Amino acid sequence: MSEVLLEVKNLKKHFPIRKGFIRRTAGYVRAVDGIDLTVYAGETLGVVGESGCGKSTMGRSLLRLVEPTSGQIHFQGKDIMKLSKSQMRDMRREMQIVFQDPYASLNPRYTIGQTLSEPMEIHHLHNSTARKQRVQSMLERVGLDPSYSSRFPHEFSGGQRQRIGIARALVLNPKLMILDEPVAALDVSVQSQVINLLEDLQQDFNLTYIFVAHDLSVVKHISNRILVMYLGRMMELASSNDLFADPLHPYTRALLSAVPIPNPRVKRERIILQGDLPSPANPPKGCVFHTRCPLAQDVCREKVPEWREAKHNHMVACHLV
Amino acid sequence: MLNSTIFQEEELQQEQVVYERPGFMKRFWRSGTTKLGVFLLLFLVLFSFVGPLVYRKSAIATHLLYTVQGPSARFPLGTDSLGHNILAQLMVGGQSSLEVGFAAAIVTMIFGTFYGMVSGLAGGWVDSLMMRIVDVILAIPSIFILLFLNVVFQPNIWIMILVLASTSWLGVSRLARGEVLALKNMVYVEAAKALGARVGRVMFRYMLPNFIGTILVAATLSIADSILAMAGLSFLGLGLPPPAPNWGSMLSDSLNYMFQNAWWMIYPPGLCILISQVSINLIGDGLRGAVETRQR
Repeated sequence: MSEVLLEVKNLKKHFPIRKGFIRRTAGYVRAVDGIDLTVYAGETLGVVGESGCGKSTMGRSLLRLVEPTSGQIHFQGKDIMKLSKSQMRDMRREMQIVFQDPYASLNPRYTIGQTLSEPMEIHHLHNSTARKQRVQSMLERVGLDPSYSSRFPHEFSGGQRQRIGIARALVLNPKLMILDEPVAALDVSVQSQVINLLEDLQQDFNLTYIFVAHDLSVVKHISNRILVMYLGRMMELASSNDLFADPLHPYTRALLSAVPIPNPRVKRERIILQGDLPSPANPPKGCVFHTRCPLAQDVCREKVPEWREAKHNHMVACHLV
Repeated sequence: MLNSTIFQEEELQQEQVVYERPGFMKRFWRSGTTKLGVFLLLFLVLFSFVGPLVYRKSAIATHLLYTVQGPSARFPLGTDSLGHNILAQLMVGGQSSLEVGFAAAIVTMIFGTFYGMVSGLAGGWVDSLMMRIVDVILAIPSIFILLFLNVVFQPNIWIMILVLASTSWLGVSRLARGEVLALKNMVYVEAAKALGARVGRVMFRYMLPNFIGTILVAATLSIADSILAMAGLSFLGLGLPPPAPNWGSMLSDSLNYMFQNAWWMIYPPGLCILISQVSINLIGDGLRGAVETRQR
């Protein structure tokens, strides 16, 4: 792994809960609660966790689409938290996002051509003929017919729209792409096409991906490293192979045991977690996972486990490892 | 790779069968009542603006020897208490009604939309303050505001437009704010921000085109309201100052002759007001039908 592209330090996003007539702040939803990450150029970092664990919010805070509460985000050595609005606008050329829902992420009043030339217009790149050419070539690059540029989003299927969403993010030649569950809304046959497309594009454009998902098999396929999140915190971070071969955190083990194996003869012990995800407005003391952890001990209820390297390049936050 | 391209092509070919949604005009024109509305409005416009070119009689000349006369060859719709030619008056009165109605609707639409969008986008206490102002004005009966403003300002046609718009923009601003609040959370608006779009671009390229239809319906209906309000003000004697004829003042003039069976003084202006209301409301309904069959 080569140079560091993105370094995140103690990133937090707390949404205030407002109550009553004067809307006083009655507490905070700790959607993201202390993320430390290093992302290397050219890699794919998978982020997994169950619904509501803050993975999407984390992705959005990295782009300051939701303003983080605290923390530092160094992108190519610059702290983007300190950038002014207009500096941030320029920075957005370097970091883009692909959204989960391809049906909602395209402006219904824009033709595909308009949607794709919009980023160039915003950043005053190229003249109109060059823009048109770029739109055509981008459409072709993501596997769509260039003649589609005069059509509207409602004329396309989910898979096609997601290709358009990917093309829109790529037009500016970003270095970092945040993929916020880009295939979760697509059916399985289309998922694999889009995943293959993303892999091809990564090679060609030298992209770095942060791939947010809840589908572990997809994440395993595309990621170099995987981060497991629970209740806004980091549980485990390891290379893809390492994580699947030797999961250290009990939560990771439970997650992995839920992945279906396409072979009915293989019997495997399922770890079924008891109870529900605690509210991020009122996270448990100590290790946030202790309420559902099958191995929980006294120390887990009192002390927050530190984030440490349990094996070479294998980080985990658990007292029992 | 080869496999995936074949799949891709299959997927693309399937997409060639696309549901063709009928165009906006087609959806608008589909209903018979809409057509009726358009014809009625067209009739009124022709009557008011082309009529005086054909029927070249003065609307303000008084024929004192011929007051309160029934229809005759010289005065097809008779004369009023001052000997005005009622047909000519109807035409000229229609001009100012339509002009003021449409202009007030345009002012309403532009100002109301802008106010509502700013309020919705700003959020927080700015939003609360702006909307409380709207609530306060809405709490006052609009006829009171209209009368008050018309007493304070000597109404000419321009002031009349602003006075009428002063009460009708409130509803539009609420509508626009509601739409903006809904659109604010749309993913494509967030996508625009992720691309680095400025607020103005988001407002006018991403939000406005997606709810302009609803606003258009409200603005169309407000034309009818403005015409009616103007007629009402004139009826109360606070419209455009005489000798400018207006349907409302013609009606109030004819009240004194109600029991003398002066039907030619009462029905024509009443009918004109009725036609203006019916036509515009039918068109507004047709627009609503065409706009609200949402795509997606």
